[in-house]
Amino acid sequence: MSIAAKFEIEYLQYLDAEGKQVRDDLPEFAKDLGHMVELYKLMLSTRVFDAKSVALQRTGKLGTYASCLGHEAAHVGIGSAMKPEDVLAPSYREYGAQLYRGVQPREVYMYWGGDERGNDYQKEPARHDFAWSVPIATQCLHAAGSALAFKIRGEKRVAVCTIGDGGSSKGDFYGAINIAGAQNLPLVAVIVNNQWAISVPRKIQSGAPTLAQKGIAAGLHCIQVDGNDIIAVRKAMEDALERARNGQGGSVIEAVTYRLGDHTTADDARRYRGEQEVKDAWAKEPMKRLRAWLVAKGVWDDKKEEAWKAECDEWMDNEVNAYLETKTQPVTAMFDYTFAEVPADLAKQRDLVLSYENKGH
Amino acid sequence: MAQITLIEAVTQALAYEMKHDESVVVLGEDVGVNGGVFRATQGLQEKFGELRVLDTPLDETTIAGVTVGMAVQGMKPVAEAQFEGFIYPMMEQIACHAARMRNRTRGRLTVPAVWRAPWGGGIRAPEHHSEANEHLFTNIPGLRVVLPSSPARAYGLLLAAIRDPDPVIFLEPKRIYRQYKEEVPDDGEALPLDVCFVLRDGTDVTLVTWGAQVKECLEAADELARQGVSAEVIDVATLTPLDFDTIAESVQKTGRCVIVHEAPKTAGFGAEIAARVAEECLYELLAPVERVTGPDTHIPLFRLEMKYLPSVERIVEAAQRTLAAS
Ligand SMILES: Cc1ncc(C[n+]2csc(CCOP(=O)(O)OP(=O)(O)O)c2C)c(N)n1
Ligand SMILES: [Mg+2]
Repeated sequence: MSIAAKFEIEYLQYLDAEGKQVRDDLPEFAKDLGHMVELYKLMLSTRVFDAKSVALQRTGKLGTYASCLGHEAAHVGIGSAMKPEDVLAPSYREYGAQLYRGVQPREVYMYWGGDERGNDYQKEPARHDFAWSVPIATQCLHAAGSALAFKIRGEKRVAVCTIGDGGSSKGDFYGAINIAGAQNLPLVAVIVNNQWAISVPRKIQSGAPTLAQKGIAAGLHCIQVDGNDIIAVRKAMEDALERARNGQGGSVIEAVTYRLGDHTTADDARRYRGEQEVKDAWAKEPMKRLRAWLVAKGVWDDKKEEAWKAECDEWMDNEVNAYLETKTQPVTAMFDYTFAEVPADLAKQRDLVLSYENKGH
Repeated sequence: MAQITLIEAVTQALAYEMKHDESVVVLGEDVGVNGGVFRATQGLQEKFGELRVLDTPLDETTIAGVTVGMAVQGMKPVAEAQFEGFIYPMMEQIACHAARMRNRTRGRLTVPAVWRAPWGGGIRAPEHHSEANEHLFTNIPGLRVVLPSSPARAYGLLLAAIRDPDPVIFLEPKRIYRQYKEEVPDDGEALPLDVCFVLRDGTDVTLVTWGAQVKECLEAADELARQGVSAEVIDVATLTPLDFDTIAESVQKTGRCVIVHEAPKTAGFGAEIAARVAEECLYELLAPVERVTGPDTHIPLFRLEMKYLPSVERIVEAAQRTLAAS
């Protein structure tokens, strides 16, 4: 028998669920404990931010919100590995990556609170990242197109897209990784496999044993990592980014994690999944293991945890206040960004809407 | 100066803009070595290389989505849908992202891209190669929908479309790709995207149309002239945002309006023009508005397709009805 081609998918993990280090070859960044503490702090602030968002929604101060509870390692791992000049095309839940790149909590609140200005990220490098993309998987092609632009212009930049396990079924995802392989584009596609697409479990999305292997058909580098282990996510990202930056091809990374919360605040996950499954998932969540590891290294303790939490609370309270104090845009804002300049025909409609406004209609 | 066809004018505009603006790239299926199935991109890959004239994988969703991504990065991609009938998988990217990126991000990110597609019937093509579906795009805010109807307008409007800071759907009437030649100086002069073109002045009836039907309307105007009727012919050219003022001025002068398009009648773009005439010109109207359009059926395969498309006779008849009414 002759074999035309053969493949395998590596699985990467450094910290197990208890925070025990399962391999000795720690990557460089993880040897810097000060940096690991920074990553832990951002994961914790992401969690505090997320809880605050859900609370805002429950008290009627936010519209529907998609929680990132349980995704902190995956998201911070992605965001922290990227360089400022790289571009992120997220879906709608990757706050950990976005906060790292300068998106402000108040901007997240504004977006989910019904104000487009939340997408007008003020700080670099987030300012040149894509905004949240609600139509599933479409953002993968924006990353591929960005990567194509970088290649044409000879820029050493990488485009990163994130996508869910559900989203990896959609043609846009396949289209993006396919053109990335065919054109050797600097693209890193991260499948954040949180086991659920609203109520539909992972096994209904695909018969493939890993989602990472989808990249093999496209000719990309593929790896599956423990998405609750930030060292694994960050390491896989660093390798993928470096290869892409050096013209050595794009990657698909599958980060295996779990959506601990409801799909969004409009969802009730108890309708479709059992308590035991969620309990088991909590035992593997990402904060606990990293905390245990840092505590064992002697660089973190309860006092530091409480102090940082208090700082996060204060930060989020400030952000919430800034959000709540934001005045609603003038009614004409809906016209002002439809085109670079308001066309004459549209200006007439704007005047009409403004006249309603002046009459209080 | 050389005389060129409409399709050659498309090529000439692409070449001009690619030469003068490095950020312009062309992408699609068979656009490279083959120069496009209609030869719109003939010779461009030789001139500008494989990266700026990019043969993509065969996936319309991919073409549309990477076009959005490149445009957000500051390039000016001109994507080709090989035929209008294959543009449907592109619509999610066009409607959900291209058309609303500026609005979504309050102007932070924009999509200065063009989607070109050979449009309309009349070339004895197979199924799905003859669609006229401009009305599916005219109802999407944030898009410009443009249809040239002559070599000179194809050149000038395509240049304007590429330079425009917002997404443009550029639909090329393939029936008249090679119908006639005219002189089109390669001077880089764009035409405005915010006006209708009055192609012939008249006083008795206004014929409003776009794309390939401009030809039938001009011939109908000739025939009407022989009957002593003076018809004004307007090529709408840019459907949205619409320059209705030019149409209103004409209809207020003639008192009669015949709208001609090959897309199906119901909710075709002619319905929008008729509604505006009712809103703004009702008291000047001397006769009910007439529409000469494709029926609300699929365009038949080619043995019947010319019976589907508006003909000179049907247009003349409709104009005569408006004259008989008063
Ligand atoms: C094209 C499209 N279809 C359907 C939806 C509705 N929808 C929103 S999120 C979602 C599930 C996505 O699951 P997954 O890709 O796993 O991402 P996750 O929400 O788990 O992060 C669906 C079906 C949508 N937003 N876009
Ligand atoms: Mg999921």
